[in-house]
Amino acid sequence: MAGISLKGVRKNFGATEVIKGIDLDIEQGEFVVLVGPSGCGKSTLLNLIAGLETLSAGDILIGGRTVNDVPPRDRDIAMVFQSYALYPTKTVRDNITFGMETRGVPKAAQAAALKEFAGLLQIDHLLDRKPGQLSGGQRQRVAMGRALVRKPEVFLFDEPLSNLDAKLRIEMRTEIKKLHQRLGKTVVYVTHDQIEAMTLASRIAVMDEGHIRQLADPETVYEDPVDLFVAGFMGSPPMNMLAGRLVRDGGMAVLCDDGPSQIRFPLPDRIAGRVAGSEGRDVVLGLRPETIFAAGTQLPGPDRFLFERPVVVDEPTGPDTMIVFEIGGQDLIARVRPKDARPPGAPFRFEVEMDRAKLFDARTGLRL
Amino acid sequence: MGSKLGRALERRLPLIVVSPLFAASLVFVYGFILWTVWISFTKSRVLPTYDFAGLLQYERLWSTPRWHVALSNLVIFWALFVVLCLVIGTLLAILLDQRIRIEGVIRTIYLYPMALSFVVTGTVWKWMLNPGLGLEHVMQQAGFEGFRFDWLVNPDFAIYTVVVAGVWQSSGYAMALFLAGLRSVDDELLKAAAIDGAGPLRIYLRIVLPMLRPVLMSVVIILSHLAIKSFDLVVALTGGGPGYATDMPATFMYAFAFQRSELGLAAASAVMMLMTVIAIIVPYLYSELRRR
Amino acid sequence: MKQASGIVRPKGWWQTLQRLFLFAVLGLFCIYYLVPLFVMVSTSLKSLAEIREGTLLAPPRAINGEAWAKAWSTACVGVRCNGLAPYFMNSVLMVVPAVLISTFLGALNGYALTKWRFRGADMIFALMLFGAFIPFQVILLPMARTLGELGLAGTIPGLVFVHTVYGLAFTTLFFRNFFIGVSDGIVQAAQIDGAGFFGIFFRIVLPMSIPAIVVTVIWQFTQIWNDFLFGIAFTVGESNPVTVALNNVVNTSTGVKEYNVDMAAAIIAALPTLAVYVLAGAWFVRGLSAGAVKG
Repeated sequence: MAGISLKGVRKNFGATEVIKGIDLDIEQGEFVVLVGPSGCGKSTLLNLIAGLETLSAGDILIGGRTVNDVPPRDRDIAMVFQSYALYPTKTVRDNITFGMETRGVPKAAQAAALKEFAGLLQIDHLLDRKPGQLSGGQRQRVAMGRALVRKPEVFLFDEPLSNLDAKLRIEMRTEIKKLHQRLGKTVVYVTHDQIEAMTLASRIAVMDEGHIRQLADPETVYEDPVDLFVAGFMGSPPMNMLAGRLVRDGGMAVLCDDGPSQIRFPLPDRIAGRVAGSEGRDVVLGLRPETIFAAGTQLPGPDRFLFERPVVVDEPTGPDTMIVFEIGGQDLIARVRPKDARPPGAPFRFEVEMDRAKLFDARTGLRL
Repeated sequence: MGSKLGRALERRLPLIVVSPLFAASLVFVYGFILWTVWISFTKSRVLPTYDFAGLLQYERLWSTPRWHVALSNLVIFWALFVVLCLVIGTLLAILLDQRIRIEGVIRTIYLYPMALSFVVTGTVWKWMLNPGLGLEHVMQQAGFEGFRFDWLVNPDFAIYTVVVAGVWQSSGYAMALFLAGLRSVDDELLKAAAIDGAGPLRIYLRIVLPMLRPVLMSVVIILSHLAIKSFDLVVALTGGGPGYATDMPATFMYAFAFQRSELGLAAASAVMMLMTVIAIIVPYLYSELRRR
Repeated sequence: MKQASGIVRPKGWWQTLQRLFLFAVLGLFCIYYLVPLFVMVSTSLKSLAEIREGTLLAPPRAINGEAWAKAWSTACVGVRCNGLAPYFMNSVLMVVPAVLISTFLGALNGYALTKWRFRGADMIFALMLFGAFIPFQVILLPMARTLGELGLAGTIPGLVFVHTVYGLAFTTLFFRNFFIGVSDGIVQAAQIDGAGFFGIFFRIVLPMSIPAIVVTVIWQFTQIWNDFLFGIAFTVGESNPVTVALNNVVNTSTGVKEYNVDMAAAIIAALPTLAVYVLAGAWFVRGLSAGAVKG
């Protein structure tokens, strides 16, 4: 059994601090995804867990044991790299067994483990080839095989799918999820792709500038982002962000400039209650594209708000069509059914699920 | 924009620019080689004659004892020079690759001999190996009264002094090329090896060095080429002596061409050198150009 | 391994011992490479008497510049006793035009061969490249005769000519390797903008090639300055370059052997290339690796 604990972990390269004090507890068998924009420190954090970088401060525990000074080979981990990092002069077979060989695993046990995982990953027919003779997807499988074959307690993945084409990426994503369910080992997985994070994770850690902004299960991160950064990072197309001001108007509402006039988004009671008494405050209203649709095309619900705008651009994606429209010079995206789409210039009646709107403080970026 | 002629001219400009340079190469490389080859088949001595005389000069060459000395010297020098430079170069490159803070300084020290002329190198080592006042003297002063080190003037050992000086000058070069090769190894590969549990020795022997095979090939070729062409070092260090004990094909050719005025014989020896270089370089160049 | 240098390593006396051993070996090799330089400098600063009494490795008791002065201006090179100064000038007069011309032509040639890939360009390049590898002994005899015919025998312009002709293969190689990494799109875009062959070369390609130019100039400078074979084969007496003069100083066997003067002369001959190495070490190393394919 091996969970991972990070306590006050810091890392600086020279004068630049890359990891600025991170506490994180990962349960045995969990699949935690570290996600964030490039340069947020997610890969460095993974390298720290692996022992590929030395800590500047703090402690790292794997399976309850402090491993700050333990070299990578003794941490009971395996890692899959973005470039796959296969040894170019070795055959697939030797690539996979190298880690067992260095640990003095008997030949028979090596062969058995190789057979088991080569079959599982469907690479049995490639064992005598060199990495240079493999396709990207095959290399990826070999890299996975190399990690799996030693049966470590913890798997670390560093953007393992980002060098694959889109179709293969989705396939391998499923495969990784299946493997996790089957083996039940702890996984820490780094990616910049928020869809990968959503689909794979049991918990997501959204990172930015050396901090973890939010650590929660995918649904919470998506529906309950703690701040503007998390809200903007997760979701594609991204959440619409409208700057406005809180006003009292019967109930509470967000007043947004819209060219010469203004538009007023009434807030549902649930949100209004939290901001009662702060009229005049500058806020940002976050509306996910799927919460804006053609009026009357979905089952009626509470707290719906209707307005009309001309279509600026329509972007069919197949299952849905994205309608771009403007409020106060800002582009917003609505996700509508293809049959509801209208050509550019046509007036369009939108319906917003205000119940799912998010409200942020414009100054601090924190969720209200 | 102008006329049709202008445009046609513009289109052929690249060829027009390259042509004279290519022509120069044809004349001064290939033409001259042909001339030398031709002379090697004539009776030319002080002045060139152009009457075909078959393999006469080659027969003379191969029956000249001095040529055999030159060849065996080349073999000794070549083998020791290449092997020692490779061993020292690889060793130093690996040691320098171990997170050394002052690596830049050390690298500069290892490599500076490469900036020197072989004549300078020869001059210095000639002085250091001077039997009376050089290292021998240093050792005797240090208490080793019976210490003898007279390789420089000993016909049986003089060639090894050329090896010593040559290795001193060129091993840093081998180090630099190997180090560049080590540094070009993908970082994630080394991380993967660390996680696979390989220690430094195993990482080098099993992963990194096998990847440097192409670099090794280049270094061997470069060093071999240097060895075959070595002329200045021998002239400055031993002058080919004592007697002609340290003669090499390059100095042999020079001596017969410019001092003894044996054009035909000199040409024959030059052609032999060319053949040796071609045997080494052409397969290498071929594979090198194909790889790109 | 610069990037992966943070890997956590086990600590302990064994690691410390390894580290000590590592530094010991590196240090020993530093001494190995530096001793000749030290001997050269210290010998050049000693008096002849001190050289005979003391040992090779002893530092000079007092700084004595006489040997330097003599090497520079009064040492005998063969029968003339003007020191190295005139020969040093010969080398300068030889190296500057030879480097500039061969670099420029190499750039032009590399550009034409890579960015205007006409039919046979690769063949032409391969044939020219071969010229970089031949042992020069094979062209010494005809070149000596040709220089004679051209009236350049034994002159500095003759040497400039020889170095330019045989340097062209290297310089073309350097620039070709550089230009191959430059996108063809740049040339095509410039063509669409209406620039021609030379316009693109001078206004776009050449300004981008500063790194390649620096590497090539340094390489050519080192090669030509340090050359001995062409110098000794194609010049006589007062037109000798400094490397040949140095060899003559050392081997002038009249009178007392003046080791201090020999060493001072050696340093003088080595100084320009050493200076380039110290000032532009990184570029020098790049030249060495770029020349790796060549030798």
